[in-house]
Amino acid sequence: MTEIFGIPTAALFGQLLLGLINGAFYATLSLGLAVIFGLLNIINFTHGAQYMMGAFFAWMLLNYLGLGYWWALVLAPVAVGLLGIVIERLLIARLYKLDHIYGLLLTFGLALVIEGAFRNGYGVSGLPYTIPAQLAGGTNLGFMFLPIYRGWVVVASLVVCLATWFVIERTRLGAYLRAATENTTLVEAFGVNVPRLVTLTYGFGVALAGFAGVLAAPIYSVNPTMGANLIITVFAVVVVGGMGSILGSIVTGFLLGLVEGLTKVFYPEAAATVIFVIMALVLLVKPAGLFGRAA
Amino acid sequence: MAAETETIPFEETELDVRARSYAHHGIVFAALAVLLLAAPFLVYPVFAMKVLCFALFASAFNLLLGYGGLLSFGHAAFFGMASYVSAYAAKSWGLTPELSILLGTAVAVLLGTLIGAISIRRQGIYFAMVTLAFAQMVYFFALQARFTGGEDGIQAVPRGWLFGVIHLGDDRTLYYIVALVFFVGLLIIHRVIHSPFGQIMKAIRENEPRAISLGYEANRYKLIVFMLSAGLSGLAGAVKAIVFQLASLTDVHWTMSGEVVLMTLIGGMGTVFGPMVGAAVVVTMQNYLAAFGAWVTIIQGVIFVACVLLFREGIVGLLARLLRRPL
Repeated sequence: MTEIFGIPTAALFGQLLLGLINGAFYATLSLGLAVIFGLLNIINFTHGAQYMMGAFFAWMLLNYLGLGYWWALVLAPVAVGLLGIVIERLLIARLYKLDHIYGLLLTFGLALVIEGAFRNGYGVSGLPYTIPAQLAGGTNLGFMFLPIYRGWVVVASLVVCLATWFVIERTRLGAYLRAATENTTLVEAFGVNVPRLVTLTYGFGVALAGFAGVLAAPIYSVNPTMGANLIITVFAVVVVGGMGSILGSIVTGFLLGLVEGLTKVFYPEAAATVIFVIMALVLLVKPAGLFGRAA
Repeated sequence: MAAETETIPFEETELDVRARSYAHHGIVFAALAVLLLAAPFLVYPVFAMKVLCFALFASAFNLLLGYGGLLSFGHAAFFGMASYVSAYAAKSWGLTPELSILLGTAVAVLLGTLIGAISIRRQGIYFAMVTLAFAQMVYFFALQARFTGGEDGIQAVPRGWLFGVIHLGDDRTLYYIVALVFFVGLLIIHRVIHSPFGQIMKAIRENEPRAISLGYEANRYKLIVFMLSAGLSGLAGAVKAIVFQLASLTDVHWTMSGEVVLMTLIGGMGTVFGPMVGAAVVVTMQNYLAAFGAWVTIIQGVIFVACVLLFREGIVGLLARLLRRPL
């Protein structure tokens, strides 16, 4: 068996792939947070719960309506996004004139409500969701065995992230969005319906979380607590990347996932904390984050 | 134009004068002392001790949020780590309770210095996220480290003999010790808030660039208030470990950080007496709703949302407005 630094290559690449998958979730989730933060100036603490809802909606579609994975991949993010729009209109919209920490507190409370509700209904043991037949199995790449579904997760989230980047940086709608992020009043004066833009942005941001949830459903068991712990790590990712750039959050997400995977190979005890350590180091060296602009 | 340089003359209103005077706080403290003395005859002492531990925790947290303007979402790290250290010291090293509690508090101060020094490099929402992330790191440490006992926590911690002479096995004896710790802790917080240091702290909260331009080193003040808050939170956690003879992962988990925010919010941010009222409300609620399982989380979440949307001043904040006196 081939080895690198005394580690079997199959194990090394296996962990790197796992890291890449985690990175895919970090990237998709931190991207959603960054988009929302850019325009709404709130940190969406409900993001983890919305990711969890995406997974649960996929499970519900399959078990209650008989609609499979591909339907879920479209319908679950839409449902999460629509719910998000309702939340934004009814609750978050009342806080824009207040200190930003109230937005954080409100969405934290909402996360508790949503997670508590799902825990009440479905327990904490987790529900299984099988990998769709088209993506089952795996191929031998020569240096490692690649389960197809895992490869799909990485490709799918990469495509969605890049599409998001394209929409925001290269289209007219994205230009409105960027302009509104810079100067809301001026954009409103030009006749753009900013409140609607804000609502749609929130809906889109949380739909990204829902999408990540559907991707995660076959890998991790569908569980009411699956979002809560993940979202804290994603916060650290966001701090490392800084929220100034869209591409920055994508790159940071994948990068930190890989670092975490590598840590699992070389020093497993630190795998859970390595992202937080990196966050501390980045704060010491470059407080605004790797891609952030100084406040 | 002359109008541009015209300054608004500063007139002190009656309310301003009252706002500066806090003589009536003496009355509140006296009433509080009476209540603390009577409490074990009115309610179950262990319940009263639980309320007091959380009341001190919330008051310490409020020192940072309400007066320093810094929202930490990771205060469970100090509360929980101190509770582990004091439980371990009392159980495995056989230290007396006061030494165990002091050791736990010292560790919380140390941890607060480390986390605080890095966290204050970011402001506002980022500060909340950074503290939350650090607390999660401490949580993973507690989960993996050997001395914390992992999922089991540290159980059957001996209450021991205070100063080697007073046996704390009796709930009522221990209650009065806890009440004294709480009362002194609250007096310290009150003193800090109304000291020249506290004035500068509030100035930084209101307008940091201006405070800096006046020559104050804002970051030094922030770090000190962070350390104070962490240390007092640790004191609360260390005492709780001795009272319940247990240190567990619950105390370092992020839900605990959320709970202390909720307590402060319900009672009234930036009021001296609010957090303890909020702590009493939350602990009482948890006691009565314990049988409903996950409903506790849902109800807490709903209260969170309701408080943020409709009741931002909190119970004591409302009271202070009605009485037109700061509480």
